[in-house]
Amino acid sequence: MRIVIIDDTGARASVLEDGLREAGYDDIHVVPPTGAFVSRIERLVPDVVLMDLGSPSRDTLEEMLLVSRALARPIAMFVDQSDEQMISAAIDAGVSAYVVDGLRKDRVKPILDLAVRRFTAFARMQAELTDARNQLADRKVIDRAKAILMQQRGLGEPEAYALLRSTAMNGNKRMAEVAEALITASELLGGMK
Amino acid sequence: MSTAGDTIRAAFLPLTDSAVLVAARECGFAAEMGIDLQLVRTESWATLRDRLVYGQVQAAQMLAPLAVAVTLGLGGVPTPLAAPFKLNVNGNAVVMRPDFAAALDPDIAARLNDPLATAHDFATAIGLYRRKPQIGIVHRFSSHALMLRYWLASAGIDPDRDVALRVLPPSLMLEAMRGGEIDGFTAGDPWPAAAIAEGLAEAVALGARIWQRGVEKVLAFRSDWLDDHREVADRLLLALARAAAWCDAPENRTQLASLLGRSDYVDMPAALIERLLSGQFTPRIGAPPLPVEDLILFHREAANFPWRSQALWIWSQLVRWGQAVPGAEAQAAAGAVFRPDIYRRALAGSGAVMPGASAKLEGAVAMPTGVGAHGGALLLGPDRFFDGRVFDPEAIDTYLAGF
Repeated sequence: MRIVIIDDTGARASVLEDGLREAGYDDIHVVPPTGAFVSRIERLVPDVVLMDLGSPSRDTLEEMLLVSRALARPIAMFVDQSDEQMISAAIDAGVSAYVVDGLRKDRVKPILDLAVRRFTAFARMQAELTDARNQLADRKVIDRAKAILMQQRGLGEPEAYALLRSTAMNGNKRMAEVAEALITASELLGGMK
Repeated sequence: MSTAGDTIRAAFLPLTDSAVLVAARECGFAAEMGIDLQLVRTESWATLRDRLVYGQVQAAQMLAPLAVAVTLGLGGVPTPLAAPFKLNVNGNAVVMRPDFAAALDPDIAARLNDPLATAHDFATAIGLYRRKPQIGIVHRFSSHALMLRYWLASAGIDPDRDVALRVLPPSLMLEAMRGGEIDGFTAGDPWPAAAIAEGLAEAVALGARIWQRGVEKVLAFRSDWLDDHREVADRLLLALARAAAWCDAPENRTQLASLLGRSDYVDMPAALIERLLSGQFTPRIGAPPLPVEDLILFHREAANFPWRSQALWIWSQLVRWGQAVPGAEAQAAAGAVFRPDIYRRALAGSGAVMPGASAKLEGAVAMPTGVGAHGGALLLGPDRFFDGRVFDPEAIDTYLAGF
């Protein structure tokens, strides 16, 4: 079973590829959707093509599947149109799949299920990573703002923090926003960097 | 902006012709009708189609020919779609790399105003060019692709043999131009203008000069969903009709352009979008803008009315290019994708001008002409094809035999 993963974020592709290899699939190719990717896929003659539903290159791929002579057998979107549950799960997870027509459902379903799980896990991981990055960035900004308050107004650290927090709460803003505004204002007034 | 009420999720692609949906949400027209209209930005037509077909969204801004193709199951499993409302008329252009366009009429206004002569020059340019021209289209089932084929074929160019049509999403066209993957493309606003502004390309044809009132995007629903949700759908259409009128009003252009320019919508400079909304089309970098008053229509001339004859024109072109197999049943199904009956039901009593007929000759109006209508006067603008052909939905075979 030859599986092609079309993906331009290396990370998601490797999360998926690792999962497929663990499950015993070993004929896996990752192709980024750039340049002449269509002719690469034509040369590979895959049985299953997996792609991020959000990729702008899906129209290009579908056109290739429609006109390609290299793939003699027709390829259908998803395995079985009647399996609405699986299709919704795939769409929710952001997976699109193209499968050689005639491939038995029980052979394809495990691949798709795995792709759905891995895509979902990857999306969660990314969201967590973004959160963590934002939190780190927020903390740095708040620390700088605190330092400005401590220096300019002679406050202690807990007082500076409390002042930022109460200002944020009163203005219905995030602390990081207030801190950012303070830093900008301080820079404009030629205060500390 | 929204009040509690019915939620409708609608998928859109980042294009100027998402304007009516964006205005309906952002200017409160949907909320006024008790609808929380949620817009889902989508990066490909394939995903927009899947989101609609598999129920992740209830409505979608769709290429009119794609709605016909999905209904007929061209290239996939058939799913009946219904298009009761057109989101716009016109709004696309064909642009080519300057080294290709050098073989065309250097007087660019003359070039754009005489598509027939330019098509013949284009045929010559193909022979002079260093390779078979690679032309980007957004989808095989797009109005732009059908108009491009129609235009090229008028000069004896076989679009399947003499040029290579490459499918790319509008948002990747510029990158493909920069990388030399394509020599030109046809897409909706603002992408051709953006390529021109960067000096990557110049205009060689305008949709509005190929077919003066060309069918473009429709609002598509699944037919079964629409049958089960008549009341909500009617309210949505009413909201969209008001939004469309708002979009067409010159005094709202600045606000509309800045809405569309936002990163969660089209994500392009508002100034570029506003020039297009004002009918100012810059055909080449550094050239003075050409006034094209029918560059894009959102509402006037009953632009939102889904004429059955326009769905059938699309069908005729799909048959012409071998993309659909001719047959009475398929033809009826194609025509039935456009739903003037639902438009009439939803907008009855709203003050909207209702055309008396649901189908007409396409390409027969040479100058603004009043037609039979209820609820007010309806003046249809010129809708000619550049080659003067007239499409009679009652005589499709004769029409096709004429090519």
